[in-house]
Amino acid sequence: MSKWETVIGLEVHTQLTTQSKIFSGSSTAFGAAPNTQASAVDIALPGVLPVLNKGAIERAIKFGLAIGATINRVNVFDRKNYFYPDLPKGYQISQLARPIVEHGSLNIQVDGVEKTIRLTRAHLEEDAGKSLHEDFHGMTGIDLNRAGTPLLEIVSEPDMRSAREAVAYAKALHNLVTWIGICDGNMQEGSFRVDANVSVRPVGQQEFGTRREIKNLNSFRFLEQAIDYEVRWQIEQIEDGHKIQQATVLFDPDTGETRMMRSKEEAHDYRYFPDPDLLPVKLDEELIERMRAELPELPQQKEARYQQEYGLSAYDAGLLTQSLAHANYFEAALRALSADAKLAANWMNGELASALNKAELDFTQSPISPESLAGLLKRIADNTLSNKLAREVFAAMWAGEGEADAIIEAKGLKQMSDTGEIERIVDEVLAANQKSVEEFRAGKDKAFNALVGQVMKATRGKANPAQVNELLKRKLAG
Amino acid sequence: MIKHSLKQLAAALAAKQLSSAELATLFLDRIEQLNPRLNAFITVDREKSLAEAKAADARLAAGETAPLLGIPVAHKDIFCADGWRTTCGSKMLANFVAPYDATVIARFKAAGTVSLGKTNMDEFAMGSSNETSFFGAVKNPWDEAAVPGGSSGGSAAAVAGRLAPAATGTDTGGSIRQPAALCGISGLKPTYGVCSRYGMIAFASSLDQAGPMAPSAEDCALLMNVMAGFDERDSTSLPREKEDYTRDLDQPLAGLKIGLPREFFADGLSAEVAQAVEAAIAEYKKLGAQTVEVSLPNMGLSVPVYYVLAPAEASSNLSRFDGVRYGHRTSDYKDLLDMYEKTRAEGFGAEVKRRIMIGAYVLSHGYYDAYYLQAQRIRRLIAADFATAFKQCDVILGPTAPTPAFDFGEKAADPVAMYLSDIYTIAVNLAGLPGMSIPCGFSDNGRPIGLQLIGDLFAEAKLLNVAHQYQLNTDWHTRMPEGLK
Amino acid sequence: MSLSLQDIQHIARLARIRVDDAEAETARGQLNSIFGLIEQMQAVDTAGIEPMAHALDMAQRLREDRVSESDQRDKFQAIAPAVENGLYLVPKVIE
Repeated sequence: MSKWETVIGLEVHTQLTTQSKIFSGSSTAFGAAPNTQASAVDIALPGVLPVLNKGAIERAIKFGLAIGATINRVNVFDRKNYFYPDLPKGYQISQLARPIVEHGSLNIQVDGVEKTIRLTRAHLEEDAGKSLHEDFHGMTGIDLNRAGTPLLEIVSEPDMRSAREAVAYAKALHNLVTWIGICDGNMQEGSFRVDANVSVRPVGQQEFGTRREIKNLNSFRFLEQAIDYEVRWQIEQIEDGHKIQQATVLFDPDTGETRMMRSKEEAHDYRYFPDPDLLPVKLDEELIERMRAELPELPQQKEARYQQEYGLSAYDAGLLTQSLAHANYFEAALRALSADAKLAANWMNGELASALNKAELDFTQSPISPESLAGLLKRIADNTLSNKLAREVFAAMWAGEGEADAIIEAKGLKQMSDTGEIERIVDEVLAANQKSVEEFRAGKDKAFNALVGQVMKATRGKANPAQVNELLKRKLAG
Repeated sequence: MIKHSLKQLAAALAAKQLSSAELATLFLDRIEQLNPRLNAFITVDREKSLAEAKAADARLAAGETAPLLGIPVAHKDIFCADGWRTTCGSKMLANFVAPYDATVIARFKAAGTVSLGKTNMDEFAMGSSNETSFFGAVKNPWDEAAVPGGSSGGSAAAVAGRLAPAATGTDTGGSIRQPAALCGISGLKPTYGVCSRYGMIAFASSLDQAGPMAPSAEDCALLMNVMAGFDERDSTSLPREKEDYTRDLDQPLAGLKIGLPREFFADGLSAEVAQAVEAAIAEYKKLGAQTVEVSLPNMGLSVPVYYVLAPAEASSNLSRFDGVRYGHRTSDYKDLLDMYEKTRAEGFGAEVKRRIMIGAYVLSHGYYDAYYLQAQRIRRLIAADFATAFKQCDVILGPTAPTPAFDFGEKAADPVAMYLSDIYTIAVNLAGLPGMSIPCGFSDNGRPIGLQLIGDLFAEAKLLNVAHQYQLNTDWHTRMPEGLK
Repeated sequence: MSLSLQDIQHIARLARIRVDDAEAETARGQLNSIFGLIEQMQAVDTAGIEPMAHALDMAQRLREDRVSESDQRDKFQAIAPAVENGLYLVPKVIE
């Protein structure tokens, strides 16, 4: 048990799913040729002015409502002044003193333990462009297509105590913003970027240690690795008698280490002030209520409902609501199946989930549609298929051989239901295995299983094991 | 012809007395002949102008009858005009050819006016004498030893010398009204938000406003009908019904209540200016107006407040001039920081650098509350003073500038003295009100004197009416510098 | 208050404007006289007064989320100091 406690707060930049940029009518589509989506406003020509995109405001409101936050009816855009080639105006339009969203919280689970993470604020701002460092004879190339893309920066309280909690929070947040459709969540394209503020303190100490901020982590794995490394590094430093200096650091996935970007001394003086080109944003209740009405049932609401309505375990319900894709698949299958949610949950979280995993697909990409899966489950429910046969049929469906019933037909995989036929085979087996019969009568239970095995073998697995058991018992008793 | 009002020029064009191309040529020839002396224009492009004039002639021939169709107008070089070099009076943009039209320019194009070129100005509109222009100072047509005022000095001189029948200007702390006064013409700074700021290179965004400059109030009203109006590209543009700014020109002034702020007539006002303003007041009384003394107790603070707020906004607005996407870039640099610092050190003149530094300082950590917020709070007090005053009067009247045009170099070395020459105009911008300057006399040495009229929010038509009635009964606005006739 | 040469150098650095010592010295004198004027503000009691950031008391207008701009890269980059493959070129940026 370490004598050090880790304290983590996350700042997450989520790129909003608007068609156009936050202050201009340029497209936000990813991957266009350099600077072809950089309008006069985006490249900050002299004289141009910003006009605020309603879509960005609407998405921010939805997020605030989803985390039970305060929506500031009056919020203000400020200028954050600094010079950088990918920042055309020499300032970033952001929200400092009066953000659109404040407070709110998100629940996470680690090792079955639930914990509430408080959110400090979420504010709207514009993204910067991209610096391309591959060599242009010693120069850097600037692409401003991304400049002006709307971001919602979501800031948590320092409520996390381990890298795993931080990852759980980041995943829960990622699930939420994609679930309510305000962010596509694509981390490779930078739609969901995480900064982690990390500090350590002796267990039991009240005040926080000095924090260092790890910038721009674009995968959950890197987030965990970076924090683990940073924590070890900080503890070593302190135990070696050094002081931690507040700093901004970068994580290098190749070395698995963090390295200093700038120290506090070099920290900017951003000279924030309210942007005179943009007036205070005043939100009317009508808009807020419309956003509330547009919100779908949220992950945690669904999770609870699955448990009481379908009697699913917390574990199953959790798995089924880990993404909107899971939940949608589950509910579609259920509609087609019109019964037995537990069976659907088992097969989704079991067979199907592992198959998708192996193939690195998600539920929206499943080669077996919810309706097809329901077709298979029906045959399990009505005892047409044993689990063993069902897995065979599933494999065939995965291989694209068609619907469950067709495959059962084609392969003749139906369970034997003709009792007379099974009875005949049982008799043959008993006759042919007198030795086992003796042993059973002598009290060797193993012998009974052997006989069951023989019958199943003789029926090429198509007999219903329960039925075979029952028949054998009767005959051996008689 | 060069002394014609816009109305008369429009009539002449309608009557086919001459074509728009001929009219443009007449003024282009005057520019060619007189600009070497006055330096009122930074960029003239005869071909472009004549192309626009021919297009206007085609529209006239097609029977179109827009009020200013075919009329030549000069534009302050602060307005981006597609295909025109747009310098804002700075080396930073000395070679910047704008790739788009400012909304104000687009509106003039749609109205069929003909651009005579881009007029000289103080660099980035920061100045009151035109001495900060990278392209050299403009001379005052009435006395070439005198400054034309600033920052719209080129537009004022072009109109005063009749190098153009009318011009556009911008006013952040007096930049339309003060040069109008010093050059003996009429100029209107509308209510903040009435004319779009889109494409107008920003100095201080919460104060900048475009407006017309012309010999008479009637001309200004006609120009306002073109310039003013809502623009969806400017978040601070006012979504208001289209107005006819000429509608009240002929209203009689009987019963008009003119407020005289005692602070306007205190120390610092030159005797000559005071005399001319008194005479104007007497004239208004003859026209049936009454005067009432009002007070703007915080007006004295408008200069310090302005020199916190305007530089703060400017320091941020001018950050985009970094040598990366357009404009000047230093020729040799060893790294990014070096490129930035040299580019901006070379591209900006002394006054601009001074104001950027003031702005950076008042916004920087630890000073924000004491300077920036304090200035914004006093700004509210100043606006409130006007609101109180307008409970007692219809318009406020006073001098535009404390003195007639001063000599070149007289204040150039002393920024504070220069700043104080805007003492009567700045408060109007802080409050967002409309203000106007019209000629009301001359100093003993023949330099024009301006009368300032200030209205309540959206009272442009009233100001134009009050100015027009005065001009129907005086001839100051019709005078022309001897040497330029 | 009075600005030191270091203050001048600091704000010049913030504003990315190179000033040599002579320029800094001149600027110091001028800025100090300007701040002498500005200091008049400190005499005013503004307790409880809401700062006025805009000339008019209006709310921000919201734009419908529509793509209204088309590609004008060639026109815009025709006036750029240095471009290659559609990118603006600057001295190497070290992160």
